[in-house]
Amino acid sequence: MDQFIQLILAGLATGAIYALAAIGFTLVWQTSQTINFAQGEFVMLPAILVLMAVKFLNAPLPVAVLLATGMFLLIFGLGFKTYLVDPMAKHGVLPLAIATMALSILMKEGAKDGFSAEAQQFPSLVPEGVVRLFGATLSLRDIAIFLVAVVAILALQFFVTRTRTGRMMQATAQNPTVAKILGIPTERMILLTFAINAGLAVLASFLISPVYLAKFSNGEVIGTAAFIAAIVGGFNQVRGALVGGFIVGLVDNLAAAYVSSAYRAAVPLALLVLVILFKPEGLLGSKEERTV
Amino acid sequence: MISKRQALLGSAGLMLAATLGLGTAMAQETVKVVGVIELSGAGATAGTNYKNGAQMAVDEINAKGGILGKKIDFVVYDTQTNPGNTRAAVQRGVDEGAFAIFGPVFSGPISASMQIAQKAGVPQIVGGEAAGLTKQGVNTIFRTSLNQADAMPKLAEYFKNDVKAKSVAVVWVNNDFGKGGRDAIIPELQKRGIKIAADIATESAQADFAADAIKVKASDADAVFVYLNEEESARFLRAIKQQGYAKPIVGETTLLGAKVIELAGDSAEGAKGHVGLSVDAPNPLFAEFGKKFQAKFNYKSDHNGIKGYSGMYLLKHVAEKNGKFDKEAWLKYAHSAIIRTKDEPGILIDSKWDANGDVDRESFLAEVKGGKQVITGTLPPVSKF
Repeated sequence: MDQFIQLILAGLATGAIYALAAIGFTLVWQTSQTINFAQGEFVMLPAILVLMAVKFLNAPLPVAVLLATGMFLLIFGLGFKTYLVDPMAKHGVLPLAIATMALSILMKEGAKDGFSAEAQQFPSLVPEGVVRLFGATLSLRDIAIFLVAVVAILALQFFVTRTRTGRMMQATAQNPTVAKILGIPTERMILLTFAINAGLAVLASFLISPVYLAKFSNGEVIGTAAFIAAIVGGFNQVRGALVGGFIVGLVDNLAAAYVSSAYRAAVPLALLVLVILFKPEGLLGSKEERTV
Repeated sequence: MISKRQALLGSAGLMLAATLGLGTAMAQETVKVVGVIELSGAGATAGTNYKNGAQMAVDEINAKGGILGKKIDFVVYDTQTNPGNTRAAVQRGVDEGAFAIFGPVFSGPISASMQIAQKAGVPQIVGGEAAGLTKQGVNTIFRTSLNQADAMPKLAEYFKNDVKAKSVAVVWVNNDFGKGGRDAIIPELQKRGIKIAADIATESAQADFAADAIKVKASDADAVFVYLNEEESARFLRAIKQQGYAKPIVGETTLLGAKVIELAGDSAEGAKGHVGLSVDAPNPLFAEFGKKFQAKFNYKSDHNGIKGYSGMYLLKHVAEKNGKFDKEAWLKYAHSAIIRTKDEPGILIDSKWDANGDVDRESFLAEVKGGKQVITGTLPPVSKF
């Protein structure tokens, strides 16, 4: 039983990270109806930028964190929207999706050549140690990761559904033309959406890198898991990404423990196939109709 | 009368001849060694250390005039830890006329590529430990690290006599290196009456070890044996410490390496086991190498750095003993070479290579204390020489 509780908590902690990344998929989908195939690299890069600031600028860690966060929000929030999404979106969804694939490779190889091909230690921003709960020894870090990610996601959900700006963001995502007629500054709302996506990626990066170690290739694992989580939960719903993230995290950990590490990656994929077959809009997603 | 066109053609011809002549002269002054090494992918940490160690040896040897008057032209190709790329890189090295192939470090890529060097009769100096590598009749392969078949009995003795474990959980990486280690340690433990409480396979480049750590803890074994590559070892140590695991964590060389200690941080504290090579070993030549490596690359070398460095000196020593660059003669001499530090200080520790290309030498027991690898004992070579 102890083992099961520990596995559930570890699964929820991993799942919370996947959820943060999966929300990025849903945000970009809602604003530009495309899939950001560089989402995994969005989670990989902020930690690398922190380490680069420490190494090349001799910046103390808190300064490096602030610098990296600011730079990432600027380049991969504002820059991503202005210089990649806007120009490519005019040519349709497919060129934009392919452009994000190219961006993914660029980010990965850039991190490898510009910094290091080797994994690097990344300091933990949450407490480490263990606590005893219901007779089981639980990781304090897992609990902290879970709580931080859930609070961030709930705050986002509150912002989107309960604030004026959030509702304007939603209106822009649902129908930008009507939103514009109603006087909503749609461009600013879309920009805000991309900034939130970049912010969540930074948070996910700082939470996961002490566990996975900071490495240029981390985006592959996280991107795939988050993509599955977004589809399982529902690509057009933030709460869907949250649930999808937890499900994939749990399934991944339980599969590693009770099936085998070799097949752990296959189990979430099997789940994905089932969802596509029986509930293609995702567990919490809503059906969308499009004119083609 | 010579036309302008003829004059131009003549000049071009002269220039070409001069260039070719110069190229031939340069080729005669160098001996080509091709590094086929993991500089990215799962083996990046091991490969980078191996390459840096080898490069340091090349720089030293070249600064002293090279080998038999020829400077070493050391060219390195990144295999990306991919067996297909490794095969292609070894073939490229052979086609480029390399006197020797240097690397790779991971056993899987070695296994996939060593027949190419064998077919061409080119010596290949590798960093792999998998027991099977030197059992396949490939006469061109030479190890720079101990064979698992030699290292694991020493480690099993350590489990029995020092750790006093009655049961052990074995965590291994599912590649040639990990599987070879797992297959070598389990019978050795069982022979000594130690029960295998859990047999846990993990994947190469695996990022999340929480489930594996929880399984180890649930097995209630007296100790855990960790046999993973560098980055995975660090991730595992972090994961198992997060689960409050307090029993002995034992490894073979990799687990106690400098890079693993750096990556795992406090989580490496208390890890112990057997190490083939270490800059912290009680050996002034290792210490001197460690200082030079730190000064040159600004980080502490792990065992792979020593392997790369001493491997290059193996190449030099044997070529100089033969007095010529003859691959066949090199292979013949190296297959029974005993190289002592008094004759070749660059070898760093008295070493013996046998007919299979396996190396034998002293090895060490170690423990991580205060963020450093501390040598706690020295074990003799398997055979006396």
